[in-house]
Amino acid sequence: MKILMTGNEAVARGAYEAGVLVASAYPGTPSTEIMENFSKYDNVYAEWAPNEKVAAEVAMGAAVRGVRSFAAMKHVGLNVAADPFMSFAYHGSNGGLVIVTADEPGMYSSQNEQDNRLYSTHAKVVCLEPSDSQECLDYMKEAFNISERFDTTVLFRLTTRTCHSKTPVQLGERIVPPTVDFKKNSEKYVMVPAHSKKRHPVIEENLLQLKNYSNTTMLNRIEYYNKKIGIICNGISYQYAKEVMGENASYLKIGMCNPLPDQMIKDFAKNVDVLYVIEENEPFMETQIKSWGINCIGKNLFPICGEFSPELLREKLLGVAPSGSYGIESTPPSRPPVLCAGCPHRGLFHELGKYRKKAFFSGDIGCYSLGYLPPFEAIDLTIDMGASISTAQGFQRANEMSDKNNTKLKPFALIGDSTFFHSGITGLVNMTYNKTPITTIILDNSITAMTGHQDNPGTGISATGSITDKVSIEKLVLACGVSPENLVIVDPYDLGSTKEAIKKGYQATEPFVIITRRECALLKPVQIERAKMKCQVDPEKCKFCKACVRTGCPALQINRETDKVFIDTVQCNGCSVCLQVCPYDAIERVGENK
Amino acid sequence: MKFSKNILLAGVGGQGTILTSKIISNGFLNAGYDVKMAEIHGMAQRGGSVTTQIRVGESIHSPVIEKGTADIVVSFEKSEALRWVDYLKKDGILIINDYSIEPFTVSLGISSYPFDVVEEYKDKIKNTYVFNAFEEAEKLGNPKVMNIVLLGAIVKCLSLEDIDWKKMIAESVPEKHLNLNLKALETGYKSSVG
Repeated sequence: MKILMTGNEAVARGAYEAGVLVASAYPGTPSTEIMENFSKYDNVYAEWAPNEKVAAEVAMGAAVRGVRSFAAMKHVGLNVAADPFMSFAYHGSNGGLVIVTADEPGMYSSQNEQDNRLYSTHAKVVCLEPSDSQECLDYMKEAFNISERFDTTVLFRLTTRTCHSKTPVQLGERIVPPTVDFKKNSEKYVMVPAHSKKRHPVIEENLLQLKNYSNTTMLNRIEYYNKKIGIICNGISYQYAKEVMGENASYLKIGMCNPLPDQMIKDFAKNVDVLYVIEENEPFMETQIKSWGINCIGKNLFPICGEFSPELLREKLLGVAPSGSYGIESTPPSRPPVLCAGCPHRGLFHELGKYRKKAFFSGDIGCYSLGYLPPFEAIDLTIDMGASISTAQGFQRANEMSDKNNTKLKPFALIGDSTFFHSGITGLVNMTYNKTPITTIILDNSITAMTGHQDNPGTGISATGSITDKVSIEKLVLACGVSPENLVIVDPYDLGSTKEAIKKGYQATEPFVIITRRECALLKPVQIERAKMKCQVDPEKCKFCKACVRTGCPALQINRETDKVFIDTVQCNGCSVCLQVCPYDAIERVGENK
Repeated sequence: MKFSKNILLAGVGGQGTILTSKIISNGFLNAGYDVKMAEIHGMAQRGGSVTTQIRVGESIHSPVIEKGTADIVVSFEKSEALRWVDYLKKDGILIINDYSIEPFTVSLGISSYPFDVVEEYKDKIKNTYVFNAFEEAEKLGNPKVMNIVLLGAIVKCLSLEDIDWKKMIAESVPEKHLNLNLKALETGYKSSVG
């Protein structure tokens, strides 16, 4: 019997059936559910690592030991893991090794839409691309076979649409292959120059063998229908092309895109009148195909930017514009994601926003990235995971070096607990060691929140739910060299002490750290504990000044008949930030106090 | 003509669109159809717009619906259909939950809410059905089963009575909430919609 699975669930299932024994990941949309699901299987070791580099290295160590292993990450996570990824390509595998990358054409939840197929040619490793959940499962199993047979890393490339679409899947049995012996072999495993020089030609020879394999494997397949149009496509583009063209075109579906099946492509090109290459983002296949002297239509017709859709293909291939609209003139309200009701970040941002004109806010990746939006506007720069602390230092040093008449904004770095563990610690070491007078705020909501609540080294719980020892953020901060008098820990629900801490941070002339500590309001235990805690507006006292509304809390709503604010009791958790900003004492706490 | 349907649900994070879509998709799969369902996770829990799309038929390729081809668009929040109404085919059915969630952008005055939108839907789309599933759910004792009330309305509008929805719901909700959810299904099915 078939069941519906997302691509991510099917990748986890495929790894399980392939006999994977060790896996590590760092959460990141759209990849997170791979590890969330894999960690539920019995007889596997599954973990959340502090970052993708660590995750990849754990998987590599397990592969060297001779078992099947994988690491999973979002596309930009592979940038973090790029160092071991590039070098380990020279080692080969031993037990099968798969690195899963979930790319994001369309950027639903990411800062760029880099195409990680390019990493496969860069590192000289195999790249596989499934187009639905069944293929996620089947290709994952095949990936481990390839990794072991050709002694190579396999990059398993997904895109959001495959990760998050549910399609029917036929499950199979789990078969754990015998562990491969680990034999000490420094020429293969110790990559010093003398060994690397010998390994590189081995990898090049390996790629030639893999190209032959690519020409014969079922992962790449030709479907001949009407030969007037030939379409070379990959991943979700294959599904869209089939949807639009059906049997009015022939298809070469690429499931193994590195190395490409050159002979298969050349034969297919000869057998069709017009050749299209349909791939989201980069002209990865098109550039190679054209370099072989084959004429094809690709990025001159289909965009590089954004996600494809069936209607886009219909328009480009058949010249059919999407059907007419209903001509409705109303427009929907802007509904950006917001900090939730009771979010501990709200109190901090409310106070921080007051320094908007005097400070530079260097942000990071997490729910608190939303702090750039009104009403707070207290994030001025966001680059990548862990960048906040180091970029704030660069900003400060430039402040010091710039000409005297220039406005000097005090740099604040804002980083969440999980991101701090991910790659903020080295930035903090640099801050203290080089004595850069900036203020780092660690927003500790004790969970990796944005991706849907994964545990991290600060939570004291492992990926499989076992209890472990928490890593203390304040001890880490002190160990990095911050003076005890320059460290303040506050509860961001308490606006008074938060305000005081920010003032100290603003005035500090030495490296300064503020930890705002309060658990994410959406955590189940927090929701249960605060279920009956609410704030309530007294309509008699409410002057409709909207000071509370300017905290951006979605629980605060306006009664348009009375022109008074009221509080949605479903959302409110009694955090009392609105109560503290109300100048008329019109808001009171109700329910149980703890 | 062979059975095929394109169903699009639009709402706001936390309204239960994804759970509803899972129940619908499993219902179709259980009845022996090919089915694909597209959803986008990520920031959905943070009060942003959410959409899920379900395609069912003999053989489905794309998990996403093309503009102008949805048999039904269900708006869990009354203004959210505005983002997706052009996906509705000619003579398609539009179900509007007459319930609004004003985003903070409206409270802050940086965006406006189309309070008269229901009239415009009715004016321009022939098969528009409006009812307040939130109120119906509240009457049953828990506003959270609003999504299952809407499921009942979908079942009625698309004549999907042959599928064992009670079993599908039983597989998707905790046992202690099952009766409430079954009542919600019935309430939606018996509503004025369709």
